[in-house]
Amino acid sequence: MSLPAYLPVLFLVILSTLFAAGSMFVASKLSPAKWTAAKVEPYECGIEPQEGGVPGGERFPVKFYLLAMLFIIFDIETVFLYPWAVAYDELKVFGLIEMLVFVAILVAAYVYVWRKGALEWAE
Amino acid sequence: MPISYFLVLSALLFSIGVYGVLARRHAVLVLLSIELMLNAVNINLVAFSALLEKAGLDGQVFALFVIAVAAAEVGVGLAIVILIYRNSQDTDVGELSLMKW
Amino acid sequence: MPLDIPAVRLTGIAPEIALCATALLLLVIDAVLGERRNRWYLPALASIGLGLSIYFATEAWGTTRLELSGMVAVDGFASFVKITLAVFGLLTVWLGRDFLVRERAEEGEFYGLVLFAVAGMMLMAGAADLIVVFLALETFSLALYVLVGFRRRSLLSQESSMKYFLLGSFSTAFFLLGIAFVYGAVGSTNLYGGEDGPGIVSSFMATGASDVGLLILAMGLLIVGLGFKVAAVPFHMWTPDAYQGAPSPVTGFMAAGSKIAGFAALLRLLDVTLYPLREDWRPLVIGVAVLTMVVGSVLAVVQEDVKRLLAYSSIAHAGFVFTGLIAANDRGVSGSLFYLATYGITVLGAFAVVAVLSGRDDEKVTLRDYRGLFYDRPLLAGALTLFLLSLAGVPVTSGFVAKLVVFGAAIQEGYWWLAVVGMVTSAIAAFFYLKVLVVMYMQEKETEDAERVRSGPLSTGVIGLAALATIVLGLYWGPLIDVAERATLFFAGG
Repeated sequence: MSLPAYLPVLFLVILSTLFAAGSMFVASKLSPAKWTAAKVEPYECGIEPQEGGVPGGERFPVKFYLLAMLFIIFDIETVFLYPWAVAYDELKVFGLIEMLVFVAILVAAYVYVWRKGALEWAE
Repeated sequence: MPISYFLVLSALLFSIGVYGVLARRHAVLVLLSIELMLNAVNINLVAFSALLEKAGLDGQVFALFVIAVAAAEVGVGLAIVILIYRNSQDTDVGELSLMKW
Repeated sequence: MPLDIPAVRLTGIAPEIALCATALLLLVIDAVLGERRNRWYLPALASIGLGLSIYFATEAWGTTRLELSGMVAVDGFASFVKITLAVFGLLTVWLGRDFLVRERAEEGEFYGLVLFAVAGMMLMAGAADLIVVFLALETFSLALYVLVGFRRRSLLSQESSMKYFLLGSFSTAFFLLGIAFVYGAVGSTNLYGGEDGPGIVSSFMATGASDVGLLILAMGLLIVGLGFKVAAVPFHMWTPDAYQGAPSPVTGFMAAGSKIAGFAALLRLLDVTLYPLREDWRPLVIGVAVLTMVVGSVLAVVQEDVKRLLAYSSIAHAGFVFTGLIAANDRGVSGSLFYLATYGITVLGAFAVVAVLSGRDDEKVTLRDYRGLFYDRPLLAGALTLFLLSLAGVPVTSGFVAKLVVFGAAIQEGYWWLAVVGMVTSAIAAFFYLKVLVVMYMQEKETEDAERVRSGPLSTGVIGLAALATIVLGLYWGPLIDVAERATLFFAGG
């Protein structure tokens, strides 16, 4: 592609920079900046957040993060089971062996997580 | 439906993600924004795969890989957040104070 | 729709499989046996895994073909990079062992992550489809993010890990968008194509110039993603912080490994697949290369922390390798390989010295701590001197030969001014290497150490091997260059 062919790209870059800078400038000049108590509150689906006692009000123990993390990894791996299940009839033994290898890797990860004590709730 | 609908949706999501990464200071929110970018790409991939004649099923398979990799990324990201929290006893992990951002 | 099940031949990814299997086994063994006082079997097992992968990589040497439905290329190029990476992995494991024992840190995960990272980097070298490039990139990146935060007691280490992770994922998203655009532009993500379907360039040539804009945009995004991994300049912001925060052995491994892996993918992408479009990517890459050389060399001059200094030096070196990439001829490719291999060994040696000298908690890494080093630890100072001279590109070291080869390739293609920029920035770079030498030889030590740092037997071995390689390859470079020249890229199909 020759050099003049890049001219539209140049124009696009200039235009988008101008547009971004311009709209930020206009927004900062036009919009009224008012901070009210309602604005800085955490948003929880329109329900008023409450301190303590009510779910969402207090901080969760960091342990939940750990469990959620382990859950999401093992959970998402099942995504690979779907295409396998759909094509199971055609893949036959080959697919089964592939899946067994895949599950064996997951089991190794599970053994690791278990033995390292990541699944223990109480310290 | 014309493919441009999906491409515009994807471009918007991707841009929102980029904005989030640049504007947010909290690590978890930055992570969320990155996930948004990855999913915007997924929309692109699936749309190309479904609506372009020359494209096969590759795009949809690729989207599955991206989903799995994104989950692994979230796992690693949250693990680092927890590690920092345990070391500093501070949830405001977005403040990367020891080094310039 | 009947599916034809592809013939599965695993020779192409046998080194990676060996590494992943060893890593899984190692992690399970470590978890089952639990905390023991001396876990010597872990580094031993890791070394066996790396040795196996070297064996499998040499087995594949000399063949050129595509495997696994065209997803993986088996060629001399891939074998060369894989063997080099396995050597880097071995040095890192040995160095890491001494380091972890000193820091009393958990061991199993370290070796497991290093093995996974090496496997991912190896896959980058052989990847013949952008999907595989992406998976490989993420495999080694995720392992490196965790390794950077491996100093458990140091908040600095974890914050640098966080920063590296966020910026790395950010750049990956752009890389991914680039892949999606390639897919949209040509309907394929395969770098070669051929019997199994159209590749990127062949479909592009077939469809004509209608989508060339999209393909070029995609190319730019791909260069962003890979440029981040090799620490090229507009995308280098993470480098100094990650290098400073990471445990010293990991820093060496990052500098050596992610550079050769990133450049392996870049070489295959730009010098093979997108070779017909070279007039389009060259200006972009030349810009990146010049910026990388200049910014890396100039900013290194003001650094006071040895690890940050080496980080900027690593940025500058990425720029030098780019000159070989830009040449895009056979000499450029083999020169880049030679450069990356010798640079990796030298920089691993340098960080081995840094790791030994940093003392407990890996904290004594400022230039101040290096004052009068020669009179205190003459051998370590001598080794570091050798490595720094090689990084500066002084004759009789491997770094000099490496620079000569890549600049020569650029001149052969008519980019003599690029070589001039390289030489000028090398001269600037020599200044800050000299600064470290002055500190080591000509300044007085300020305070006596409470405890004398000891170099473990494995660290000593690594430093010795790296020093030997640096000297030998500086005097007797022929054989390795020969091998690099025969490590050609698979070129058919495209």
